[in-house]
Amino acid sequence: MSVNLEHYLIVGAVLFSVGLYLALAKRNFVAVLMGIELMFNAVNLTFVAFSRFVRSPNPLDGHVFVVFVITVAAAEAATALALAVLLYRVRDTINVDRIDLLKW
Amino acid sequence: MEDINRFGPELALLIAAGLIVVGDVTLPMRGGTRRVASVALGLAGLAVSALWSLVLIVADERGNAFDGLMVVDDFSLFFNFLFVGIAAVIILASVDLLEKSRFRAEYVALVLTSTVGMMLMASTVDLIAIFAALELQAISFYVLVAFLKDGRSSEAALKYLLLGAVSTALTLYGMAYLFGLSGSTNLNDIAAFVAGADSGTRPALVLAAVFLAAGLGFKMAVVPFQMWVPDVYQGAPTPVTAYLSVASKAAGFAVVMRVFVVALGHGLISSDWSNMFAAIAAISMTLGNVAALAQSDIKRMLGYSSIAQAGTFLIGLAAVAANDPQLLLGTSSVVFFLGTYAFTNLGAFIAIIAISNKIGSDQIGDYAGVARRSPWLAAGLTACLLSLTGIPPLAGFWGKFWVFNAAVRADLVWLALIGVLNSVISAYYYVGVVLKMYTQEPANDEAFQPSPYLGLAMTAAVVGLVAVGLYPAPLLDASESAAAVLG
Repeated sequence: MSVNLEHYLIVGAVLFSVGLYLALAKRNFVAVLMGIELMFNAVNLTFVAFSRFVRSPNPLDGHVFVVFVITVAAAEAATALALAVLLYRVRDTINVDRIDLLKW
Repeated sequence: MEDINRFGPELALLIAAGLIVVGDVTLPMRGGTRRVASVALGLAGLAVSALWSLVLIVADERGNAFDGLMVVDDFSLFFNFLFVGIAAVIILASVDLLEKSRFRAEYVALVLTSTVGMMLMASTVDLIAIFAALELQAISFYVLVAFLKDGRSSEAALKYLLLGAVSTALTLYGMAYLFGLSGSTNLNDIAAFVAGADSGTRPALVLAAVFLAAGLGFKMAVVPFQMWVPDVYQGAPTPVTAYLSVASKAAGFAVVMRVFVVALGHGLISSDWSNMFAAIAAISMTLGNVAALAQSDIKRMLGYSSIAQAGTFLIGLAAVAANDPQLLLGTSSVVFFLGTYAFTNLGAFIAIIAISNKIGSDQIGDYAGVARRSPWLAAGLTACLLSLTGIPPLAGFWGKFWVFNAAVRADLVWLALIGVLNSVISAYYYVGVVLKMYTQEPANDEAFQPSPYLGLAMTAAVVGLVAVGLYPAPLLDASESAAAVLG
């Protein structure tokens, strides 16, 4: 049995769903960030898979996109972790449930 | 060189932002000079950027740049002027805030980089570049929201960042499927694919469109991605709130118009996303207005009202695809409404900054009798709130009028009716603030004036609001030619 486009897409969708679940269900700020990273990487997998299988004059665009996603995700993670440090200084917690000065 | 020339308006701002940060670290300056230098350099960068856009128009330098990654056309030029104008007003309105902070240069530089991000959101026509522009704007805003570094501001930034990152991932997933289906990241190539697509690809296209709309709905702040709005608006520094509510929303709509009208507008799923936007519009307007009724904090109230306004913009977008020949009417009404909304909401927030600085509270109850203490500020805020309601002859009336007009012409009469009903609901809480200022007794009679910077920003916004209200033709022409390039 050969590995086809569908297999990559299914793995990508599963990873994306797991990431989304983590991002919504976890209470620790850092764990939520890990869920978001997982979502980004599911996207990367999908892009690379499409890049490999799609019939297109410039199929490498998918790879280029992945490089952009990785770079931007790093910038976003850096900002998020700086914010986590700031929150811990001000509020002594990074539990998302206990950060509730503003009513939801 | 041609590429660099067409990138000029953005490049000017990037250079100014770099100079501000480097200059602040390297030049020996005292505190007061330091603040004035950052603000002056920021405004100078914005002036150069606006001039460069003007030169691009006069020299007719419209066209593609960077191998089709971005395009200079009437649409992107319209938004260049809009964002540069908004950023200038925001920097003026932030001077009082910056007096209390050590990070003046960083603040001004971040305002400029987010402006670059938003200008690129309106001018990029390739999914990769759109993504980079979205994130440039978003990450700058995450830091700006946390700028006060206290409990509320950092909490607002946390919520904004987490939901923003999730929505980015959703957008990316939609983009991945769009690339996988069409084999290209260029919007025009995708449009060509969608126009000729057979019905077998329809489910996948709808999936991609839903994911894209979900991610971009966060930027536009419409249901069901509106949860962050009231919290972030309340916790962020007020000038940043004003910036978010006006510029970030306009940029979100610019991207949606590029992606949906250009890439997905002609072909088998245009009626699908039109129906989706019509439903989101109706729910956003109703939910935003009903929730705004119950608010006691004026920034939260304007947060909910901005969700309702975003719903009203979406009526115009829903009208785009519901009726293909009316394409121009729908998009031009949204562009026009975004322009009038910019003046209106900026004016309202600046009045709130000026009033709250003096009375030390954002509670609507504390606005009692403000008209007696500061007649000009109260009059300005009243004009802005009435314009948000949509009362003629102010700018907001024409915005709503054109959007409803587009909806009726596209056979979406029910949606226009819901819009009108919602305007009536919104009148209740907008006029409530006005009545509070004019009819109730103030806690004390001490008169106050806004600082000169705030006064200047406020005057600019209110003059624009009344001028567009009395003579809407120039802005209408500009938005029509902007919408024409999307056709």
